[in-house]
Amino acid sequence: MNKDYLELSGLTVSFDGFVAVDGVDLTVLQGDLRFLIGPNGAGKTTLIDAVSGLVSATGRAEFAGEDLLGRKVHQIARRGVGRTFQTATVFEELSVLQNLDIAAGAGRSPWTLLRKRSGVPEAVTEAMETVGLADLRDTKAGILAHGQKQWLEIGMLLVQDARLLMLDEPVAGMSAEEKDETGRLLRRICVDRTVVVVEHDMDFMRSFAKSVTVLHAGKVLSEGTVAEVQADPKVQEVYLGPGQHSAEEAAIVLGEGV
Amino acid sequence: MTALLRSRYAVGIGFLVAAVLLFAVAPALLTTFRLGLLGKYLCYAMVAVGIGLAWGRGGMLTLGQGVFFGIGAYLMAMHLKLADAGPGGVPDFMALISSDGVPGWWEPFRSGAVTIVAILVLPTLLATLLGLATFRRRVRGAYFAILSQALAAAFAILLIGNPTATGGSTGLNNFKGFFGFSLRDPANRQMLYFIAAGVLLLMVFVAWRLMVSRFGELLVACRDAEERVRFLGYDPATIKTVAFAVAGMMAGIGGALFVPIVGIISPNDVGVVPSIGLLIGVAIGGRTTLAGPVLGAIAVAWAETTLSEQFPSGWTYAQGLLFMLVVAFLPGGLASLVSWRRRRSDTADPTAGADPEPAPAEVLAPAEGRTT
Amino acid sequence: MDILVTQVFNGLSVGSILLLAALGLALTFGQMGVINMAHGEFMMAGAYTAYVCQQVLGDAGLSLLVSLPVSFVVGGLLGVLLEVTLLRRMYHRPLDTLLVTWGVSLILQQLARDLFGTAGVDVPAPGWLSGPVEILGFSFPRSRLFILVLAIVAVVAVTLLLKLTPLGRRIRATVQNRQLAESAGISTRRTDMLTFFLGSGLAGVAGVALTLMGSISSNLGTSYIVDAFLVVIIGGIGQIKGAVIAAFVLGVAQSWIEYSTSASIAKVIVFALVVAFLQFRPQGIFQVRTRSLV
Ligand SMILES: Nc1ncnc2c1ncn2[C@@H]1O[C@H](COP(=O)(O)OP(=O)(O)O)[C@@H](O)[C@H]1O
Ligand SMILES: [Mg+2]
Repeated sequence: MNKDYLELSGLTVSFDGFVAVDGVDLTVLQGDLRFLIGPNGAGKTTLIDAVSGLVSATGRAEFAGEDLLGRKVHQIARRGVGRTFQTATVFEELSVLQNLDIAAGAGRSPWTLLRKRSGVPEAVTEAMETVGLADLRDTKAGILAHGQKQWLEIGMLLVQDARLLMLDEPVAGMSAEEKDETGRLLRRICVDRTVVVVEHDMDFMRSFAKSVTVLHAGKVLSEGTVAEVQADPKVQEVYLGPGQHSAEEAAIVLGEGV
Repeated sequence: MTALLRSRYAVGIGFLVAAVLLFAVAPALLTTFRLGLLGKYLCYAMVAVGIGLAWGRGGMLTLGQGVFFGIGAYLMAMHLKLADAGPGGVPDFMALISSDGVPGWWEPFRSGAVTIVAILVLPTLLATLLGLATFRRRVRGAYFAILSQALAAAFAILLIGNPTATGGSTGLNNFKGFFGFSLRDPANRQMLYFIAAGVLLLMVFVAWRLMVSRFGELLVACRDAEERVRFLGYDPATIKTVAFAVAGMMAGIGGALFVPIVGIISPNDVGVVPSIGLLIGVAIGGRTTLAGPVLGAIAVAWAETTLSEQFPSGWTYAQGLLFMLVVAFLPGGLASLVSWRRRRSDTADPTAGADPEPAPAEVLAPAEGRTT
Repeated sequence: MDILVTQVFNGLSVGSILLLAALGLALTFGQMGVINMAHGEFMMAGAYTAYVCQQVLGDAGLSLLVSLPVSFVVGGLLGVLLEVTLLRRMYHRPLDTLLVTWGVSLILQQLARDLFGTAGVDVPAPGWLSGPVEILGFSFPRSRLFILVLAIVAVVAVTLLLKLTPLGRRIRATVQNRQLAESAGISTRRTDMLTFFLGSGLAGVAGVALTLMGSISSNLGTSYIVDAFLVVIIGGIGQIKGAVIAAFVLGVAQSWIEYSTSASIAKVIVFALVVAFLQFRPQGIFQVRTRSLV
């Protein structure tokens, strides 16, 4: 088995006594496209924060056999862990090319950094093609459309050579076609990478997820294929329980059969 | 002509024009006295180049450049005083106020070589230390600005409080020679001006190369979204510290040249007020541009001399108004007017490295909020 | 022992002045992220107001009591004027407010020089505040005790105001989450204006206190503004209790180091200590937890 996999055990994050992530065990293998779902406040974003070093956590978080907890954000990033944010964050004053070039360059020597870019790195050209932004190469990222910004972020992860990608609600605000486009993109790039996607869009999840983990109140509630998860009574309870979610929402999550 | 200006040779042409103005036109038109004044403005412009890099491109609002300027200046002044006093001699001001002789830590600066090395190294080192101590702990924005200001305040008080070693509030002045050349000789004074002009051009060149380099892009990225840079595997603290150290070095060199050209250095040139004063030219010229800070600094220094000659208190009002109006209503400086006109008559120039938009300043929390 | 008591008292006295100066800053800086460099000049304005009061009223005791509220209003109005004309349009670039308000402070200083001259003016303290008072065998200058009491009263008043009044609730809500406060129907504009009035008014009061310390001149503000900002930084943004602790710690540390070294070295040491402190607590003694991309 390829050892590029993410393994969390007993991962716990608490904020002044409030436990946002509570002893999560999770294994995501290379080639998987894991969707992380759960009600608002379940701790999905916090889990990504913990793995990427933004908040401190206890327990274990390993990727490719290396312990991630306790390291600084940039050190974790250099170990092949990349992430996006709920609100797309790109360098608005820089062009698409410049954004990607920066993402590609964490390993550059000081000498290379101090010189002007001559030519476009191959990985950058490739990524621009992959995310479909080749025509907008010299456009400032700030004036890109919302969906394009999110693609740019994914492109940045690709050139960053992240082997573990964690995407926080990547299709929020995209049109149906853009979502499909993104889904196919994710399917393509997950072949030789480990991909975790947090998503609220259940149609999107059903179309593209290879496996699903449901998080609730910081704990793993259920795990399996889309069908397995949907059939899980615990999941049904959470989504149908009093005051949790509307019937429509539950119907979307659990499939039309409810 | 405008096509030429916009072309890829624009920077080269700019350098050429500047060189002709500085090396041929100015010396031909100005008296030795006026040329000396211009030399003084050029020293301020050197500091401004660094501020443009640190503040305009890197978003680090530094209110303590006077410290680095002052360290360079005082080092040079110490050497000049020691050289004037001759081997083993005691500088005149010291002999007047105390009989203890030259303090031990002055001694190394009898050597010109040691002094030059110290001028290049010490301000850079201090800036590096301060940068690492703050940026690594993510102290930035207003916190950083205020810390740098506190440093300027402490530095000035330190100078004033030790009159036997630093000349106190009078500072050091009355220098006779500069590395063996008499400062009374107009030819030597002109030479000093030429040195300043050459050094300034070199600094602008360095700043330009840094701006168009990948480092320059990274610096802008740090300014606008520091955390994002972190998630790409860079340590923003290093990037910012490098820019800040370069700015410190430029200020130190500016200070060192200021001393023989102006003939005096005192706490009045390095404290809180002059440190902030150095920013106004940068703001007016256009903090994010290459030429803006230089031209702004020269223009402001010139205006200060001219105005305060005629209306002593008028300059203070003018300076206050400039700060208020320019920063509040024209944050991109005059450069933003130029490029705005240019942009209207032309589609956006993608290769334009300099952007007139101001840095979205981040003070407490960063701009990018996250919702659940 | 003698020295210890004297030094601690000196420190508390310096601290109480810093506190008066920093209290207003903690409000304006804390709430709006505005870095008001003219805060020191608002103090200066308060001090000159006290001077004018005394010139008009004659009686030192009466004029001191009158000038406290009057200076509060003068400082407050200056603050509101600044907020409404300039700062309001700059909330999205708080760092730039530093430079704009610096411009304001330059102008106010020059104005003071043109109005009152460059030489310092004296505002003699009333009889009941001059001379020392004996407590437990130690003698303390009355004027300094007065300032200490004034600082404590100001802190208590501000704390109660924030805790108990509707304005206080609005202020705290706006500090914690501006957008949410807005959508909850709080007029953040009005709140900002009132906060600025309050914060700047406190500067005016601080200015009155400073008249008891010696003669006043146009650069009165510059000598306090840097330290006052350090207090806010050490205390933690928007934290009154942090500012209180920071002010007294800084005050005691400063006078102690000054006593054991010299005034000029003391500043450098204090600076180094502040930087060292920020290594451990980059956000000050008390930090507001916010969830953001940092
Ligand atoms: N920095 C923080 N301080 C305090 N509470 C936090 C912080 N970050 C997240 N939380 C809380 O943790 C819980 C999980 O949040 P989050 O991971 O964003 O949920 P979601 O699954 O919707 O992404 C929420 O209740 C949130 O309020
Ligand atoms: Mg979330």
